[in-house]
Amino acid sequence: MSADRVSYTLDSTLETVNNAEETASRIAAEAGFDDEEIMKISMAVREAAVNAVLHGNAYDPSKKVTLAFELTPSDLVIVIRDQGKGLDTSKIPDPLAPDNLMKTSGRGIFLIRSFMDVVEIHPSQTGTELRMIKHVHGNPADSKEAPQ
Amino acid sequence: MSMKSSTRQVDGVTIVDLSGRITLGEGSVVLRETVRDLLSKGQKKILLNLGDVNYIDSSGIGELVSAFTTAKNQGGELKLLNLTKKVHDLLQITKLYTVFDVKDDEAAAVKSFSK
Repeated sequence: MSADRVSYTLDSTLETVNNAEETASRIAAEAGFDDEEIMKISMAVREAAVNAVLHGNAYDPSKKVTLAFELTPSDLVIVIRDQGKGLDTSKIPDPLAPDNLMKTSGRGIFLIRSFMDVVEIHPSQTGTELRMIKHVHGNPADSKEAPQ
Repeated sequence: MSMKSSTRQVDGVTIVDLSGRITLGEGSVVLRETVRDLLSKGQKKILLNLGDVNYIDSSGIGELVSAFTTAKNQGGELKLLNLTKKVHDLLQITKLYTVFDVKDDEAAAVKSFSK
């Protein structure tokens, strides 16, 4: 990465989802993560971008998605924001619950939490901010999720 | 790379060879339309060969679930063949690995369908 922090403002389109994933993959590679970690980071970003574009901004062309990457000595911090109504975190389903196992959607946040070391969701009336962290030198003892 | 799909018949089983990415958008649509088309033609023994599927997202996982359920609801059977490690791991963490009938040998998979 040429700078420690880069950010992008993106349209609410499917192309944004693919671009976000590709950018995350490139930045994670430049940060020195191995192939498996790069896949996890890029997939987490893809899922977050899907949520922002589809569920947050609902493909509204007047609404943007912002995506920021910051590399510190210990962490890759990724923040993605939409301009939707704000995610109701109480309605995030548990996709492993028996009643939900065969549902065709509702696995995005679960995958993000599975792949990243820290995941914070900050909804507001002007949109949702999803902040996720991958430790540069992964420590299995680190908690999987920060307090909401 | 988007997804490609081709079908072949082996002993009454339709094998769908998929390659590329099953993701939101084109990849998911190709899978959905392929399975629906087969079922509408009465081809209800479907083996999805995922050996060349190198990437799948939550939308793609949802599409596999939908294909499985749609086939089952129409009296058919849908099984998975040759999972890559990435897809295998994803089905494990989403607890879907034991829901799907997953095979790693094509001939044995074909024989496993009810006659």
